[in-house]
Amino acid sequence: MLARRIMAIVILLAGAGVGWFLYSSQISGSKPFRLGLDLSGGTQLVYRANFEAAPTDDVAGAMASLRDTIERRVNLFGVSEPIVQTERGGTLAGAPEERLIVELPGITDTQQAIALIGQTPVLEFRLLKKDVEPPGTGAPIQNINEFFEAPAVTGKHLTSSKIEFNQGVGGIANEPVVALNFNSEGGKIFADLTRDNVGRYFGIFLDGVPISIPVIREAIPGGTAIISGNFTAEGARELARNLNYGALPVPIELISTQTVSGTLGGEAVEKGIAAGIWGIGAVAFFMLLWYRLPGLISVAALALYVIAVLALFKVIPVTLSAAGIAAFILSIGMAVDANILIFERTREELHSGKSVKDAIAEGFHRAWPSIRDSNISSMITAVILFWFGTSLIQGFALVFGLGVLVSMLTAITVSRTFLLALGIEGKSGVIRFLFESGSRRS
Amino acid sequence: MIIVKHRNTFFAITGAIVLSSIISLIVFGLHLGIDFTGGTLVQVTYPTGRPAAEEVSRSLTEAGFTGYSLREAGTNDYILRAQNMTEDQRANLIDILSVDSNSASINQLNEVGPTVGKELRNKALVALALVLICILLFIAFAFRKVSRPVSSWIYGLIALITLVHDVIVPLGFYALLGKFAGAQVDTLFVTAVLTVLGFSVHDTIVVFDRVRENLRINEERNRREDFGETAGRSLGQTFVRSVNTSLTVLITLLVLFFIGPESTRYFALTLLVGIIAGTYSSIFLATPLLVEWEKRRSRK
Repeated sequence: MLARRIMAIVILLAGAGVGWFLYSSQISGSKPFRLGLDLSGGTQLVYRANFEAAPTDDVAGAMASLRDTIERRVNLFGVSEPIVQTERGGTLAGAPEERLIVELPGITDTQQAIALIGQTPVLEFRLLKKDVEPPGTGAPIQNINEFFEAPAVTGKHLTSSKIEFNQGVGGIANEPVVALNFNSEGGKIFADLTRDNVGRYFGIFLDGVPISIPVIREAIPGGTAIISGNFTAEGARELARNLNYGALPVPIELISTQTVSGTLGGEAVEKGIAAGIWGIGAVAFFMLLWYRLPGLISVAALALYVIAVLALFKVIPVTLSAAGIAAFILSIGMAVDANILIFERTREELHSGKSVKDAIAEGFHRAWPSIRDSNISSMITAVILFWFGTSLIQGFALVFGLGVLVSMLTAITVSRTFLLALGIEGKSGVIRFLFESGSRRS
Repeated sequence: MIIVKHRNTFFAITGAIVLSSIISLIVFGLHLGIDFTGGTLVQVTYPTGRPAAEEVSRSLTEAGFTGYSLREAGTNDYILRAQNMTEDQRANLIDILSVDSNSASINQLNEVGPTVGKELRNKALVALALVLICILLFIAFAFRKVSRPVSSWIYGLIALITLVHDVIVPLGFYALLGKFAGAQVDTLFVTAVLTVLGFSVHDTIVVFDRVRENLRINEERNRREDFGETAGRSLGQTFVRSVNTSLTVLITLLVLFFIGPESTRYFALTLLVGIIAGTYSSIFLATPLLVEWEKRRSRK
């Protein structure tokens, strides 16, 4: 008995401690809840990497470079806490689609967001196929893969670029060009390529448009290359600056956008919080009214459940969406499910003439298979939903799954400890009344 | 037990509910949202007051929008559903939507590419199939122990029938909602249906578990009892529990529906209908079906 009571006090203190962490971290802002774009307001853009236009053997490397480059670009514009990630999507049949997901909290002008990403140039060096006449420069080429081989050196090999002026006729510096510096891998590929293909043409492409298609006169070691394409000084300067922020190894196409304004998001948060508070209050009220003393204990268990789950949201951290909040509120209703099973069973045992203590123990014991089964079927749904999910649904599934697991723990351990720690013995009328439920008179 | 005794009445009620759901589904149909078809969804708000729909429509048509739908929402909002926009349309969206002196502000803009929509549609179907298979396995597992006088697989079959009921009712309801409130089938709706499936199957299992427990106790104590009596008694014992667990969930869903975020309103409503259907079927359909089957079998 003493051990149970100590345990109960430990649980209460732990709950209070975690509750304090929740409160203080929210007030100080040191570890706030992480809100999804639909709550914070912002824009999500989903791009498809177009590897058909620029085939490569190293898809993973290209995607990593794509992500880094876009991330650098987004950071430049001072977007706070952007998320840039790659994802392999795809219909069930056919080749998987490589995607890039860009989340920009606070940016609610879709067009501005698209423009921000769109300024990143795509840079490719491609050998002209043998026995093909070089096409004209300055305009996009149809059937580009019929003219050119797969890109050899791309934006992922670029380290820096700067504007230079070519020595023109008579030693007058006149034509502005852009000098590129490659990393060691890119430098080696470029040196090998030029050494092995003297006499052939190669195309330098920016955003899929051939800027120049020079002929290779000699091997070019040293990891540098020059782009000359009838630039004005201003044009070359802008290109060099843009390339310095990074160039993409593969062209990207926008396939989905989602923008939510800050007002709408803020409204959703306010309503979500209100619904959460009212939901907890209404369920607690119902439990107290119907189950009396055990009801009070289930309310304590519910409070601990809420504290534990909210703390987990912060610690993991879980990105909360409107669907996630809905899952959390739904889970409040389901969290007391285990308690109801236990209390109903306990009441039955009381009716069969057992002492309160025995009835509680038996109630827990008998209710367990039902509690286990109900949580299994909910967990199955949560796991499949998480797999099925877009980020929206995954938010729901994660919160739902967490809620199911944590509520099972709090219901069976916390409620049990508290109930037994009360140490109620005997069969007096008052005690019976306290353990009765609203449906019947004892 | 009154529910078991008057089971034919309840079969008639259940039949009527299911039939009207199916009729609603056939007549109104379910309309796939942009999540599954690809397209554009814009929620536009007019802080200075909403212009007439015809004016906005005229402006949209001039800008080359075709086959779109414009629906009033809130006090100052419109919801525009359209095909994927061209770059020009996207760039000038605010100008296009601002008519006369009513300047538009975009509250929400969703664009889903056609391939993404198709992918999600496939995924939703696979998820639905997976949940059904897992629940079937779960039912088979839950009823693995042979029991008399009704064999295990009958319990499983009836659990499955109630499951079908629990899905058809919210589907029919959603078709109605689509007709009168413009609700479209999106990923959240699929989520709601899958959640209902997981939730309601267990309700039925709890009642059936109790039936088998009581049958076992009867056998141990050598007590002879009519199957209908045993089933009715089991139903009576689990009735309060069934209603109360659903009630607490319904309380939270009602709260979510009335004061929760706008974006999850129909989601909460679908869950509400599905869980009511699930609770109803576990009480008024599952056990009466079980008794009916046993009665017919023993009459032979």
